[in-house]
Formats: sequence, structure tokens, C-alpha cells
Amino acid sequence: MNKPQPPAYTTSAISFSFWPFIGLSLKREWLLVFRNRADIANPLIFFFSILMFVPLGITPDAKVLSSIAPGLIWIIALLATLLSLDRLFVVDFENGSLDQMMVSGQSMFWIVMCKCLVHWSVTGLPLTLLSPVLGLMLSLPTTAYIALMASLLLGTFVLSMIGAVGASLLVSLKKGGVLLSLIVMPLYVPVLIFGSGAVNNAAVGLSVTGQFAILGAMVLLAMVLAPLAAAAAIIISLRNH
Amino acid sequence: MTHQLTHQLELSNITCERDDSLLFVDLSYLFSAGDTVQIRGENGAGKTTLLRIIAGLSDLYEGSITFNKLAHRSIDFFNNLLYLGHDSGVDASLTPLENLRWYTGLNAQDVSTLEMLDALNQVGLMGYEYTPCSELSAGQKRRTALARLFCSKALIWILDEPFTAIDVTGVEKLCQLFSQHTASGGVLLITSHQPIDLPHLHTLDLQDFKPLAQNSVTAYLPPGVKDE
Repeated sequence: MNKPQPPAYTTSAISFSFWPFIGLSLKREWLLVFRNRADIANPLIFFFSILMFVPLGITPDAKVLSSIAPGLIWIIALLATLLSLDRLFVVDFENGSLDQMMVSGQSMFWIVMCKCLVHWSVTGLPLTLLSPVLGLMLSLPTTAYIALMASLLLGTFVLSMIGAVGASLLVSLKKGGVLLSLIVMPLYVPVLIFGSGAVNNAAVGLSVTGQFAILGAMVLLAMVLAPLAAAAAIIISLRNH
Repeated sequence: MTHQLTHQLELSNITCERDDSLLFVDLSYLFSAGDTVQIRGENGAGKTTLLRIIAGLSDLYEGSITFNKLAHRSIDFFNNLLYLGHDSGVDASLTPLENLRWYTGLNAQDVSTLEMLDALNQVGLMGYEYTPCSELSAGQKRRTALARLFCSKALIWILDEPFTAIDVTGVEKLCQLFSQHTASGGVLLITSHQPIDLPHLHTLDLQDFKPLAQNSVTAYLPPGVKDE
């Protein structure tokens, strides 16, 4: 649709202040997560229990367990994030909050950023903090604990950010759950490879700088590009649904 | 609440097509400060769609919309806009006060907690300020959204069915607020199936902008297939 556009306003007229707005958004997201804590706790508890059953169901042999531990913990982190993603924007879409965010004239980039940060702090962060316990259950070599925590800290952040892009693309669809996995899974593969690679290397005493350099680069890229893409996707689907 | 009397919101030649049928064609209208305009139409005539287009929430149209002769969807326009749709952005897990605080903060309004409590009192939610909205009735949820009107300094109010689930005294009170708003130079766009008792009420009937061939079956056929 080509329509002749009148001259645009300059953006110098922005009258709101930045930090109070960020504080407000973070506070709201925190409150929402806190009031609906069962939604977030469910995938975490589900996957913790999987890890608990692995030594019981497969083998309690420490040698076997320690060799599969890095990959297993990383897969758990990935699936726990994926399972908690589908409600990320849908609630706000359904109750009209996204409309209000749009007509407020605030930057959708920062709104998405706040949502991602809070999402990560209730999925990726607790997983990271609890990962030494998981490592202990699976007899992970002691040399790998720091690498495990550090790689999860960086990696789960990237998982939340990439997941937000997937969730935003499907925001106006009623049943987007299956599609979300299809969109997001391939994008999660590099994070999984370098994340579990770092832990594997640390477990056998090899250098991990390469993997961490890549993970760090992923964090920086995701932080800048993912909210941008997610914000654009939300705006487009709101305006065309 | 004094507004400059120069503000103008102009729609020119707006055409909207949804699901292969034209809702309205070449709709032009000039909203000026002080106007109250009720948008009329049957169910499915496109009232909500038109309001979303004006609020900058829809791309599904052709034509142009300007605010004070400049581009619509500017920071200046959004700062002057209050839009209340069917789904009004009230989160069920937050309390009315938290919802209102988020809304005013989002729109960078400097409103104290006392003023917010007063606004909630005005819409009859006194005593429910700290009850999660999921425990309130449909009417009370709607009132939570309407409380925004009582602490808004926005110039253009776009309200989609504001009276849904609101009782008679509530409607009276809102009408009072609406006439205050337009008397001080605001613009009010409203859809409602109830008759509205407001001074200087203009109506915009979507029936007037309906394409003529809409009722004949041939309108739906592709060009080559038309019967001679």
C-alpha cells in the first residue's frame, strides 16, 4: 500500500524520561511473573526431575554419568527455556496491553528487552545457580563446575533472547506452540554446541577460551539484534492482524 | 485541562478492506478540538477497525491520516492520545492500582498515588484497589480501565464501547466527564450501541461510506468471470 506520506515529526519532542520507564517495565514484569509463578516453576521442576531420574533409570555408574552430564544439563536448560516461552507475549496480546504499549509511543525495543531480562532471570538464572547441584547428581568432574556455570550464565541469556524472537513472530496466532519449537530449535543448536562443548572441554582439562569467546559474541549480538527483531515482529503482527 | 484550540485530526480517503470485502470506501472526516463524534454502524461494519486505524494500530487501509497537518503515528500524536479498545490492557493478575500505575507511567504522566486512588474512587472501585483484577467482575474490570480517563491529560480520546458492562449511574458519570473533556478543547471519538446524551454530538455513520455493489453477488466474482 503506497500512500503519500506527509512530513514526519522530528523525534526531538520526546518528553518522557528513560530510566523511570525501564524501572516501571521491569517492575511490572516482575510482578506478573511473581503472581503467575506456577507457570514458570513448572518447566523447571519438570526438567529437574528428569535429571533426578537419569541415574536411577539409566545407570548409577559415575563414569557413564560424568561423560553424558555436560550435554544432558545443557539440553535440560534448552528445553526448560523453550517450554516457558510460549506465554511470553501472548498474555499481553490477548488482554490488550500490547496495544497500550504501542499507542503510548514508547520504544518497543526496550519493552521487549525488559521482558527478556525478566524471563531470563526466572528461567536461565535459577538454572545456572542450581547447576552445581545437577552436576553433583551426575558426577560431573570437579574441574568442569566453573565452566558449567559460566557457560549456562551466558548461554541461557542467548536462549531467552532468541526465544523472544520466535515468540514475537507467533504473537497473533492462537496456537503457536508447535511452530515455536520449529522456529526456535535450529537457532538454539549453535548455543547448545558451544555451551556443552565448553563444559566437555573443561571436564577433560582442555582450553575453553574458544567456546567462551563465541558464547560471549552470541550474547552481545543477541542483546542488540534480538529485541530489535522481536519488536519489529510484534509491531507488524499487531498492525496486520 | 486546557488545550490549544488549533488541534486537528484529519482522515482523507480512507479505504479499508478486510477478508475480501470492503468495509468503507473514501472515508474523509475532520476532527477538530471540542468535537464529540459517535461512530455508528451495524455489527461487523468496521467501527473497531476504524478506531484502530485512527489510533495507529492498523496498517490495513489506504488513504492518509494527519494530526495537525503532520504525520500521524508521531511521538506528538501518541502523547496526545488515549485509546481504549475492547481489550483494554488490564492485566488480570495485577490490582486496579497497579494497572493504573503502569498505565500512567507508560504514558509518562506525572500522577501521584493519591490522584490514582481518587480516580479509582471516581469509578466506584473504592475498597478494591488492592484486589487482583481476576477476582473482580466484568464491570469492575472495565471500570479499572475507565479510571485512566479520570487522570488523563490526553487531547484525543478514542473509546471503543466504553459503556459495556457499566451501570446507569456509571454511564451518567462518564458522560459528565466526556462533556468536560470536550468543553476544555478535547476530541472524543466513541462507539456505542446505547444512545449517548452528550452536547454537540456529531455522528459518523459507516453506512454512508459503504460501497454500493456490496450486496450483489457479482461484487465477489473476479473481473474475468463477471456475467454479461
